[in-house]
Amino acid sequence: MSSSSPSDPSLNGSPDAAARGKLKVFLGYAAGVGKTYKMLQEAQERLRGGCDVVVGYFEPHGRSDTIAQLEGLEVIPRRVIEYRGTKFEEMDVDAILARHPEVAVVDEFPHTNVPGCQRTKRWEDVLVLLDAGIDVLTTMNVQHLESLNDQIHQITNVRVRETVPDWVVQQAREVVMIDLTPRALLNRLERGVVYKAEKARQAKENFFKESTLGALRELALRQTAYEVEHRHGATAEEAALPGSAGTAKSGETLLVYVTADPSAAALIRRARRAADFFHAECWAVAVSPGSGLEGFPPPDREAVEKHLNFARNLHLETMLLEGSDPAAELVRFAHDRGVTQIYLGRERGNRSLPFATDLTKQVVRHARGIEITVVAERKPV
Amino acid sequence: MSLVSRLSPDELLRRVQAEEEYERRGRLKVFLGYASGVGKSFRMLDEGRRRKERGQDVVVGAIQPKTSPDLEKLLRKLEVIPLKSEDGVACMDVEAILKRHPGVCLVDGLAYDNPPSRPNAHRWQDVEQLLQAGIAVITSVNLQYVAERREQVERIQGKRVNVTVPESFLLTADEIEVVDAPAEYCMPQAKDGGTATPGELDQRLSQLREIALLLAADVVDRQLENYCDRSGVGQAFGTQERILVCMTPRANGPRMMERARLARDRFHGELLVVYVGQPDLSADDQRALERNLAIAREADARIQMLEGPDPVAAILQFAREHRITQIYVGHSPQQGWLSRFRKTNADRLIEAAEGMDVKLIPQ
Repeated sequence: MSSSSPSDPSLNGSPDAAARGKLKVFLGYAAGVGKTYKMLQEAQERLRGGCDVVVGYFEPHGRSDTIAQLEGLEVIPRRVIEYRGTKFEEMDVDAILARHPEVAVVDEFPHTNVPGCQRTKRWEDVLVLLDAGIDVLTTMNVQHLESLNDQIHQITNVRVRETVPDWVVQQAREVVMIDLTPRALLNRLERGVVYKAEKARQAKENFFKESTLGALRELALRQTAYEVEHRHGATAEEAALPGSAGTAKSGETLLVYVTADPSAAALIRRARRAADFFHAECWAVAVSPGSGLEGFPPPDREAVEKHLNFARNLHLETMLLEGSDPAAELVRFAHDRGVTQIYLGRERGNRSLPFATDLTKQVVRHARGIEITVVAERKPV
Repeated sequence: MSLVSRLSPDELLRRVQAEEEYERRGRLKVFLGYASGVGKSFRMLDEGRRRKERGQDVVVGAIQPKTSPDLEKLLRKLEVIPLKSEDGVACMDVEAILKRHPGVCLVDGLAYDNPPSRPNAHRWQDVEQLLQAGIAVITSVNLQYVAERREQVERIQGKRVNVTVPESFLLTADEIEVVDAPAEYCMPQAKDGGTATPGELDQRLSQLREIALLLAADVVDRQLENYCDRSGVGQAFGTQERILVCMTPRANGPRMMERARLARDRFHGELLVVYVGQPDLSADDQRALERNLAIAREADARIQMLEGPDPVAAILQFAREHRITQIYVGHSPQQGWLSRFRKTNADRLIEAAEGMDVKLIPQ
């Protein structure tokens, strides 16, 4: 058996919590809603208030209103990195650390760095700045949140590749919604404020349909409401009840059964999201028919390992059990750890079982008192 | 197309008239904030400025008495129709605005009341009058003054709110935009001589902030639903968790409802309960069903009886129509919903519930 539980440096109570920089996320639902503009506006306000602000990374997208907001702000030059004969520009983390401002403005939080950078993701760069005690203002769209990836795919028919794990966004001291109605956004698109003509036309055909934008906007509003509740304690309903607190641990524990099936990623995301909303702990558990990962047949081995790593990246605790009867092993573990909800996939792939619900049935038979969720696949509408 | 051909001439006429009425009416846009200090007025005036720069005919119909240098700067770029004083109360000069008949009128502080001498008791009714005259209105409102949220807000703030705007009026808006900001931005205004500590204030304001965001999300959800209905696509975006509990006489009603209710509250979702009518229910079962439904009513769930020879088909059809994301069914190994040897109702539900999670609740 092997177990891991990545520690979360943001949790309160760590001795140097006070020295850590504060993160603020400007959350939107599409390009052009005004995230960067709002972020720079705040940078200007802080500068006027006597704060030492620099721009660590800024993506102008040729929008003149936004560029005008840059005036008077110190910009740290980007680092040029050559990759396969092409030059790329990335945020110069070392230069910002050397300059050590109070506040750094870092556009496009979910960005993936070009190979050759020290870290793969910009959000990882930002964590380094925060660790150094620098406050960071950053921007992102709701569609880049990892746990919403399948829902976003369902809404937009686009599989977003650049995602930010939910625990990273949870580190932010504030998440602010930058709202704009889809109609206003479409007007901006028409006037060429957001993209140049050709790109605007393409965008309108794909992403920028009013219904798609409406759905994304609703997700962003709900996500921001969740982020507010997560940070500031009880909801209004709960506050009305004596002796309850919104962020207290709920006594719920979730377990998600990880297999080699490709649907495992969606299953893990869904369980992660549910665990966050229930303020619950969450286990990702695989069951090897033999000894350790080597006990899986070769093609499955890699997939299971990949899925367990994915779960770890989302801050689920992982466990590899061993045994020939997965249902029995899962349930024994669940009882030992006080699991209240088991998440299973829909097992389409398993043809050795006569019914699609065989594993579910076996788990149900063993799992007295535990709630079982069979997670749906979510396909684009 | 097929929709139109199925309509009676009367219905068709009604729709055409409604459409024409809608075309004549001015468009309403609302900036919703959760407290004073979030910057609603600024956003409203700034939109007015931008529209004016793009050539629209914009006037300011009402502005709140306390302004800041930022607001003053914007106001100087706009034409202002001054408030008039009646019975010593400042109110919007509707007659002057109607006479001037601009394309767009900016109205700050939608929740204000008018003095008794005015034809309309409330400013939102003045706005309605402008809209009917074909003038577009951009307005700002504080969540605290939304009538239907009043109780919630008073509970959080511990003080009474006098003036209100009905939520139904806000729902007529063509667009609602949230003006969001962290609670700390509103602390100076919220303090207001009260005795609350900064921590209490922050929590209070954050609760209001959450309600405002969820209210806007609900408005967007409704618009989306209307859009999908109009365009005839049975689309389910899954943006809001909608929980459907399948109730039966033998189900452990208290447990199922407790679990479903918890999920509803955590996700700020919706809770629906269905039961499939059975012709020859024993008196005992009938009583048991009624007990379970009483618990559902208490949980504020929407309850619906379904009919049909095939309960699974009836449940799935209802679930699709209502954009359900999670279906709750009871299970106990003895009841045979999940038999080892044959395809049961739960098997079929799990196999066919496309895009919906199925929750098996122990009984």
